[in-house]
Amino acid sequence: MSIDYAAQILAGSHRAAARLISWLEDEDERAYGLMAGLYPHTGSAYVVGITGSPGAGKSTLTDKLARVIRKNGLKVGIIAVDPSSPFTGGALLGDRVRMNELTQDPDIFIRSMATRGFLGGMAKSTAEVVKVLDALGKDVIIIETVGVGQDEVDIIGIADTTCVVLVPGLGDAIQSMKAGIMEIADVFAVNKADKQGADQLCGEICARLEIDSHIKERDWTAPVNRTIAVEDIGIEELWLSIESHRKYLFDSGRFYTNRRERTSRETLRMIHAELFRVIREQLEKNGRLDAAVEELMNKKRDPYTLMREIVNEWLSISRHKETS
Amino acid sequence: MARKIKMIMAKPGLDGHDRGAKLLARIFAEAGMEVVYTGLRQTPEMIVSAAEQEDADVVGLSSLSGVHNYFFPRVVELMKEKGLDDVLLVGGGGGIIPEEDYDSLKKSGMAAIFGPGTPTTEIVSFIENNVRKR
Amino acid sequence: MFDEKVLQKIQAGKDNWDQGPLAKSLSKSPEAKPVFTTISGTPVQRLYTPLDIKELDYDIDLGYPGTFPFTRGVQPTMYRGRFWTMRQYAGFGDARSTNERYRYLLKQGQTGLSVAFQLPTQAGYDSDHPLSMGEVGKVGVAIDHIDDMKTLFDQIPLDKVTTSMTMNAPAGVLLAMYLAIAQEQGVSWDKVGGTVQNDVLKEIICRGQYIYPPKQTMRLTVDLIEFCQKNVPKWNSISISGYHIRESGSTAGQEMAFTIADGIAYTQACIERGMAVDSFAPRLSFFFNAFTNVLEEVAKFRAGRRYWAKVMKERFKAKDPRSMMLRYHVQTGGVTLTAQQPLNNIVRVALQSYATALGGAQSLHTNSYDEALCLPTQQAVTVALRTQQIVAEESGATDTIDPLAGCYYVENMTDRIEAEIDDYIKKIDAMGGTLAAIEQGYIQKEIQNSSYRFQKEIESGERIYVGINRYTMEEPPPTGLLKVDMSVGEIKAAELRNYRAQRDQAKWKAALDKLRQVSATNENVMPYVVEAVKAKATVGEICDVWRGVFGEYRPKEFI
Repeated sequence: MSIDYAAQILAGSHRAAARLISWLEDEDERAYGLMAGLYPHTGSAYVVGITGSPGAGKSTLTDKLARVIRKNGLKVGIIAVDPSSPFTGGALLGDRVRMNELTQDPDIFIRSMATRGFLGGMAKSTAEVVKVLDALGKDVIIIETVGVGQDEVDIIGIADTTCVVLVPGLGDAIQSMKAGIMEIADVFAVNKADKQGADQLCGEICARLEIDSHIKERDWTAPVNRTIAVEDIGIEELWLSIESHRKYLFDSGRFYTNRRERTSRETLRMIHAELFRVIREQLEKNGRLDAAVEELMNKKRDPYTLMREIVNEWLSISRHKETS
Repeated sequence: MARKIKMIMAKPGLDGHDRGAKLLARIFAEAGMEVVYTGLRQTPEMIVSAAEQEDADVVGLSSLSGVHNYFFPRVVELMKEKGLDDVLLVGGGGGIIPEEDYDSLKKSGMAAIFGPGTPTTEIVSFIENNVRKR
Repeated sequence: MFDEKVLQKIQAGKDNWDQGPLAKSLSKSPEAKPVFTTISGTPVQRLYTPLDIKELDYDIDLGYPGTFPFTRGVQPTMYRGRFWTMRQYAGFGDARSTNERYRYLLKQGQTGLSVAFQLPTQAGYDSDHPLSMGEVGKVGVAIDHIDDMKTLFDQIPLDKVTTSMTMNAPAGVLLAMYLAIAQEQGVSWDKVGGTVQNDVLKEIICRGQYIYPPKQTMRLTVDLIEFCQKNVPKWNSISISGYHIRESGSTAGQEMAFTIADGIAYTQACIERGMAVDSFAPRLSFFFNAFTNVLEEVAKFRAGRRYWAKVMKERFKAKDPRSMMLRYHVQTGGVTLTAQQPLNNIVRVALQSYATALGGAQSLHTNSYDEALCLPTQQAVTVALRTQQIVAEESGATDTIDPLAGCYYVENMTDRIEAEIDDYIKKIDAMGGTLAAIEQGYIQKEIQNSSYRFQKEIESGERIYVGINRYTMEEPPPTGLLKVDMSVGEIKAAELRNYRAQRDQAKWKAALDKLRQVSATNENVMPYVVEAVKAKATVGEICDVWRGVFGEYRPKEFI
C-alpha cells in the first residue's frame, strides 16, 4: 500500500510531514519526487530566523514567540537545530525541553534537526524542511540556529526576518561584531534585559547601527528590543518589530527581490550539489578518482589541468547530446 | 547521507530523577543516534506528539517513581491510536520496576524493559537490532 | 604541625622505605592496580605520612570543637552530650497511613520526624490535577490541605518532636499548615522546631521539583527565611542540600562545593533583603549524602565545615559563631544501593552511617535495604533505624570527638577537598555567581560529567561494584515489597471535591485574592499564606496563584 504523502501533507498531516523531513535529512531519493509535488504549494509562509550565541536564551525566546504568534491566530512551524558530534555522528537535541507545552497545540509543529556536519548554524536540508512546513500550512516558520556564535550568517539566505539575540555580560556585542553577526540582524533582541549591563549592551548596539548608517545608507534600521524571555517580558513587542520588518519588506518591494534572490541561489545550489554528486559518483565508480589522486601525489599531473579536463569532458558530453 | 536512528528520551510524570535518562541520552548519541531529550514532566500526549513530529524510530521512557504501570501502557496506547505502531518502545527504571511487571508491560506493547545494572552497550545493541526500517 | 628537623628525618626514613622494602616488594609482586582512586575519582597515594600534611597548622586549620573554624565539629561535646537526631524520612499513601508509620517510628526510639511528600504536592499540584495521575501517594504522603496535615500529625505533640519537611518551591504553604496546626494544638511558634528544605536552587540544578523562575522562587525562599527569623526562631528555615547533587552523579568535592555555592547565593539574597547576617545565618542548615568510602566522606564533612566557617566570617562578616557553623543532616546514599542482592545494602548503610558519625553530623536518615526496589517496608525501616542505633551505641565512634583528626590521610584529603571547593567557588564567582553558573549550565554539566565518568568506570570494570559488575549471582525475584494502594488517587480526588464544596467560599476567595495581591508587591507573603491555608485553600490553589503572578520555570537541559 502506498501512502500519498504529498496529499497528506497538504491536508496538514504532521506524521507525513515528519517522515518526508526524515527522508530529506537522509537525502533519500523518495523525498525529491514528493518535494516536486509540494513546490507549487510553498511560498506563503513567513520565515523568521533566531540566531545568537549559546546561552542567549534562543529556545526560550522561540517558545514564547511561538505563543504570541499563535495568539494572533497564525500556525507555527519550528525548526530547532543542534550540532552533530563530529566524532560519533550522533547528536543530543535538547531544544524541545523549553517548548514542551507547545507540543500539545495541533497548530504547532516542532522538529529538531542535527547539523550532520553541515556548517553555518543549520542542517543541510533546513531550507527544504522550511518548504515542507510551508506546504503543511504553517503561517510562520521559526528557525532556531545552532548558536555556536560564529559563521551563523547562512540564516539570512533562508529567513525573511533574522532576529539576533544578544545577552548582557557575555561580551556579546563585541564578539558578534567580529563574527559579522551584527550585519545580518533585521531585528535585535537583548534578552535577559534585567541583567546588569543591559543598558550598556543596548547602547553599544545602537552606536554601532549609527556608525553603520553613516557608512552605508539603509532604509531599514534594525530595532533593538529588550526581552526577558523566561518571564515572558517584551515578546509581544519583539513580534511587533518582526511584523514591522515584514511590512517594510512588502512595502519596499524587498520581499519580492529577496525571495527572487533566494530562489536563484537555491536553484544554483541544487544544480551544484546534483552535478557534483553525479560526477563524484562516476569518478569513484570507474576508479578514475583513485588513479588521478595517485598521479597527483606523484606529481605526474597537476590538479588544475585535471579539473579542467574532467569538466570539459562532461560539458562536451552534454553539448554532444544537445546537437544530436 | 547515512540514516540515523532517531530517538526520543522522555521522563513521564513528575519524577525528577533524570540522572539515568541524561546519561543514556549521552550514550545513545555517542553510539551515533540523534537523541531528542524532552526533559521532565511529560504527559503521554506530549511524548507521543514529540515522537510523531520527530519521526522517532525509538521512544525511551524512564521512570523511577513507581508510576510505570500507569504511564507506559498509556504511551503505547496513544502511539497505536496515532498509527505509530512501528516505533520501538523501551523503558527502564532501575529496581523500581519489579520484574513481575515486565511481562504485563511487554504484553501492553513495550519492546523491552531494562532492569537495574543493564550494561548500556546491551541497550544500544538491542535498539540497533530491533529498530524499524524507514 | 611538625618542625623542620622531624620532617627531614621522616623524609629520610620514607626514602629508605621507598628504595628498600617497598621497591623489593613491588619488584616481586606489583600492586593490584596502577592507580587507586576514591569513588569520586580522586587519586589515593600508597602511604600518607606527616610529609603530606606539613602545612597543617593545628590552631588555625583544626582548632577545637565548637570553635572556629569548626573543622572538628560544631559543638564542644558533640555526641558525648547527645547523639545526632535519628530522623527517618517517611511518607506514602494518605495522611492516615503515614501517621501510623510515624507513631511506630517514634515508639522505636526515633527522635525526629521527616516528611516525604508525594510528587504532586512537591510540584504544587493537588491530587486531582491531570499531572498528578498515577502519582498520588506513590513516593510520599498526599497532602492537599490543612486537614490532611492535621491527620498527618494526629496524636503527635509538635512541641515534643522536631519535624523536617522535604518541600521546596511550595515550602511556605506546607510550613504554614504546620504552624497553623501547632497553634491549634496550643503550641506557640517559638516552641516549634524543625526544618523545611526550601532549597529551590538544587531543584533547578538536579532534583526537578521546581515551579517558578529562579528570581521569583528565590523571593519565596527568602520570604520564608525572613518570616521564620521573626516568628519561628527555632525553625531551620532552609536545608541547603548537597544530597541530591551527589545522587545525580557528582563527586564528594562537587557535592560540598556546589552546596556551599548555593549557600552563598541564599545568604547573599537574605542580605540583599536587608537582613543582618547574624540574624538569619544561625538558622541556615545543610543536608548531605554519605557514600561508602568512609574516609573520603569524613574528609568531605570536615572540609565543608572549615570552608563554610571561613565564608561566613570573611565574606559575609558574620560575628556570631553560630552563623559560621555548618550544621547538617545526612542521608545515606540512595544511589549506592543495589537492587541486586539487596541485603548487601545493610552493610553499605552501616558503613555510611559510620562515616556520618565520624564526620560529625547533627542528624541522620539511614536508607532501608529494599529502597532500590520500592518504598521501604516496615521491617527494612526498622533495620535501618537499628543500624544507626548500633553505630551510636556500639561502635565507639561517638565516644570521642572527631576521632580521625590527625590521620595523615584524612587531613590530607580534607585539605584537598577544601581546595577543590575553593576552586569551584572562585570559578562560580567569576561567572557572576551561583544563579549565573546554573543558568549557563556549568554546575549541571560538571555533575553530569562525573556521573558519566562513573558509569564508564563501572562498565569497563575499572571500578568494582559488588553485585553489579562482580560477585553477581542469579537470584529469585524479591518478594514482600511494599505496594502503595493505587486507589489513594481516586479517594483523594473524591475527598477534594467534597472539601472544596464545603469550605467557606467567601473566606477562601478573600484569602487567595489577598495573597495574589501581596505576591505582586514586595511584601512578605508568609502571613497571607498562613491565612490562606486556614481558609482551606489547597496546595495547588496557592501554587496556582503564584503561577499566575510569577510564571513557570522552563528548565534548560544541559547534557
